[in-house]
Amino acid sequence: MNQLRDMDSPSYSRRILDALCLDPVLLSLLLLLAGFGSLLLYSASGADMAAVVRQGTRIIVALLLLVAIANIPLRMIRKLSIWLYIGGVAMLIAVMFFGEVGKGAQRWLNLGFIRFQPSEILKLAVPMIVAAYLADRVLPVGIKELAVSAVLVAVPVLLIARQPDLGTAILVGSAGFFVLFLAGVRWRVMISLGVLLSAMAPLMWKFALHDYQRTRIITMLDPESDPLGSGYHIIQSKIAIGSGGVYGKGWMNGTQSQLDFIPERSTDFIFSVFGEEFGFFGSVVLLLLYLAIIFRGLYIAAHSTENFGRLLAGALSLTFFVYLFVNTGMVAGMLPVVGVPLPLISYGGTSMVTLMMGFGLIMSIRSAKRFLV
Amino acid sequence: MLKREQLKDDYLENRLIRHRLIWAAVFTVLLLSMVLGRLYQLQVVEHEHFSTLSDSNRVRIKALPPTRGLIFDRHGIVMADNLPAYRLEIVREQVHDLDETLQQIQQYVEVSDQDLKRFKQSLKRRRPFESIPLLLNLDDGEVARLAVNLHRFEGVEINARLTRNYPNGEHAVHALGYVGRVDERDLSRVSEMDYAGTTHIGKLGLEKFYENDLHGEVGIQQVEVNARGRTLRVLSETPPVQGNNLYLTIDSRLQKIAEESFGDYSGAAVAIDPNNGEILALVSMPIFDPNLFVNGISFDNYHALRDSHRRPLFNRALSGQYPPGSTTKPFYGLLGLESAIVTNEQKTYCMGYYKLPNEERRYRDWKKRGHGRVDLHDAVTQSCDVYFYDLAYRVGIDRMAEFMAKFGFGEKTGVDSTGERDGLMPSRDWKLGHDGMPWFPGETLITGIGQGAMLVTPLQLANSTAAFSRHGIRYRPHLVKTIEKIPQYTLEDTVSQIVDRYEVQREKNWQHVHEAMIDVVHGLRGTAHRISKGIQYQVAGKTGTAQVFEIAQDEEYEEDEVIEKLRDHALFISYAPADNPRIAVAIIVENGGHGSSVAAPIARRIMDAYLLEQS
Repeated sequence: MNQLRDMDSPSYSRRILDALCLDPVLLSLLLLLAGFGSLLLYSASGADMAAVVRQGTRIIVALLLLVAIANIPLRMIRKLSIWLYIGGVAMLIAVMFFGEVGKGAQRWLNLGFIRFQPSEILKLAVPMIVAAYLADRVLPVGIKELAVSAVLVAVPVLLIARQPDLGTAILVGSAGFFVLFLAGVRWRVMISLGVLLSAMAPLMWKFALHDYQRTRIITMLDPESDPLGSGYHIIQSKIAIGSGGVYGKGWMNGTQSQLDFIPERSTDFIFSVFGEEFGFFGSVVLLLLYLAIIFRGLYIAAHSTENFGRLLAGALSLTFFVYLFVNTGMVAGMLPVVGVPLPLISYGGTSMVTLMMGFGLIMSIRSAKRFLV
Repeated sequence: MLKREQLKDDYLENRLIRHRLIWAAVFTVLLLSMVLGRLYQLQVVEHEHFSTLSDSNRVRIKALPPTRGLIFDRHGIVMADNLPAYRLEIVREQVHDLDETLQQIQQYVEVSDQDLKRFKQSLKRRRPFESIPLLLNLDDGEVARLAVNLHRFEGVEINARLTRNYPNGEHAVHALGYVGRVDERDLSRVSEMDYAGTTHIGKLGLEKFYENDLHGEVGIQQVEVNARGRTLRVLSETPPVQGNNLYLTIDSRLQKIAEESFGDYSGAAVAIDPNNGEILALVSMPIFDPNLFVNGISFDNYHALRDSHRRPLFNRALSGQYPPGSTTKPFYGLLGLESAIVTNEQKTYCMGYYKLPNEERRYRDWKKRGHGRVDLHDAVTQSCDVYFYDLAYRVGIDRMAEFMAKFGFGEKTGVDSTGERDGLMPSRDWKLGHDGMPWFPGETLITGIGQGAMLVTPLQLANSTAAFSRHGIRYRPHLVKTIEKIPQYTLEDTVSQIVDRYEVQREKNWQHVHEAMIDVVHGLRGTAHRISKGIQYQVAGKTGTAQVFEIAQDEEYEEDEVIEKLRDHALFISYAPADNPRIAVAIIVENGGHGSSVAAPIARRIMDAYLLEQS
């Protein structure tokens, strides 16, 4: 009997993880990625140990937040959604009036003790509020629900796009969209919306986009048109990735990266460094690792016992995918240059913290199921 | 279909969400496959292309200019070396606003329009990230002023580079020539690769003639650079090879003495070792400082030199062509004897002029009253014109032209320098070709005393004198004695080369003229008798006077009244010691009057310096 229980019982570390409400699979994948990211950062920053230490500190802080959020009961999270959303939108409006300007955009809010981008909050708050709103409705969503959700998503997205911060606007918008998608918006509705958006594209091109955004799109289509200006990033990035070949030039050996040809090489363009130093083979491995994380998130969503958890976990996992797709697509010259970092690897604390908090939510969702079993 | 009012059905909703999750997973995989496909295209399919781009991005070829070979005189005294000079250089790629930078630089140093023009030309043919010199020779004050403010100018550098220097200044300038900035014309003559990074090239004289030896081999450095063009490390390097060193035949001390001997006169002096054609001194006066030209001469300096009526830039020794005057008489004397037209003993009566049969025109002797009865010896020592009018008339222009050509008159000596001219030995064919006129007997007469159409360069005259002293053996005169090959450091001597040889038919004939030439200096009635005072060796010589303008038939020529510019050129040729000549000299003093008074003393000083000091 005793023996049987021993064989049956989870290992010691497994029990600790369970007690902390953490998913061992997801956590190890995240740690693997973050650890690997630090190694890459060391190379991309030109062997700057101080930068790696700073980033390591951020990872630890972000992981602590992950654990903290994972331990908040899902019911409470759901109740918090509305307040988080209202607070976030309020701060976005505050940013419009009192925000600090950095790199040509008004994104930062200084609360005296902390300086942060309210738009980051919305990356979590938008899927949360939409998921919370839809969770009690009959699915698939009807027109009214669709309209209410659309407003909930559009208000912060437009506020963020105004700053201007196209990258975050895309991420927030897609997070909201994914909740709707999972909640069963009919295909024909999505297709008609898609057609409508395409039809509006020329108008948006003319009125909604800033000059620099237009340039970025033109540059993406033909980087050689401005090799020393806005095309420079893309050209150098493509050279870096392409020259990596199948197996890459080796860690710390990327000439494009180490010789400073790649702008923003430790932040948004860190994937060019990766591609140059680890080649196609490394890229496949890295993308599979990301895919594993996404699939684990989708798996948790599928096995959640209530709609709020299903919708939220699914949307967060898919948003994580959007990060990955937009960043790699941009670095490989498939998409225009928008400020989206390579998730969990790019240097910088903001996205790291938001992403880990998102995974904290996912883990909380996973735990919620266990309480019922 | 479900109705809106229906109750929530968790089973159905769960199935719906799961379906959507599967769809999402499928989309995820599809989109990531697109990214992977893109990466496959970049990293596998087009890898070669990007790899090349990456290498050309980071690897730059830098040319390392070689150090120019040194020039020494025959005793190893430095004639041309290289000194570090501070240059202001600009890397175009690193300068944000070139015009503004140039303007700001001018607050600290003067930049002439010429400098700017040259700089802008060089900009056009530069390689990426090459530093282009704006100013080549900054003085200490300029360096200090710029260095303090250099941090304000990105892409502007002060670099010390070896630059040609002539430590003796103007001394021997016409023998050496000089280097100057490489220009478009130079680049059409040389391979651009060899001169990548080289800023100076031989423009004149030896420096130009021996450019291939002196320049050396360009070095190549493969360097890795960052995106801003800054050199990070050297990947591989082929060091440049210094140019070969030249040891000249010139004796610097002798050259200097010769230059000083001219005083304020313009003219030329060439001293040759008759035994091998080595040029011991090559003087053209006045001289100028070649250092002025190295880094681009200023407008004012250049115009001062170019417009000076004494024409210092003109290399008289090689390019100056003068009527040889009476210095031709020993040659014609030998010709007369060899062709048996005259004998050593035969005498001609000189009454102060000569008349051709059936012609009224009088061909004057320089001595109005005439020399009386003179034989060949007297005619040479006293330089009797009438004797040589008669001799020339009887020998005829054809034999004269043929004979003189044997001694190198009318053709380049083939010296190893630039700017040499032919001189002119007139003949029937020449005249017909030149102005389509037949040859007149009168022209034979004046050719017989070295006037008329005949022209020689000082080098030619010296070399012909050397050939005469060696009984007709004529060497190619040369300025370089030894080339020190770098990097082997082997010495390669110039082989003395006999160009032509006149076979004297009767040794006695040569001896007669030779003795007459000795008496020109040592005989009491010799025209150059005055230089024999205190002389410690025997000299054979001949004075000459070249008319600058023609005197009308009945006009008197009063030396004092003629303005200096129109005064006769004074000439003197000599070799010594007479019995075993080691030096042959030709002197031309422009507007110096008679050869005896001005030219001969210069020759004496050169010969003294060479013969007495040496033994």
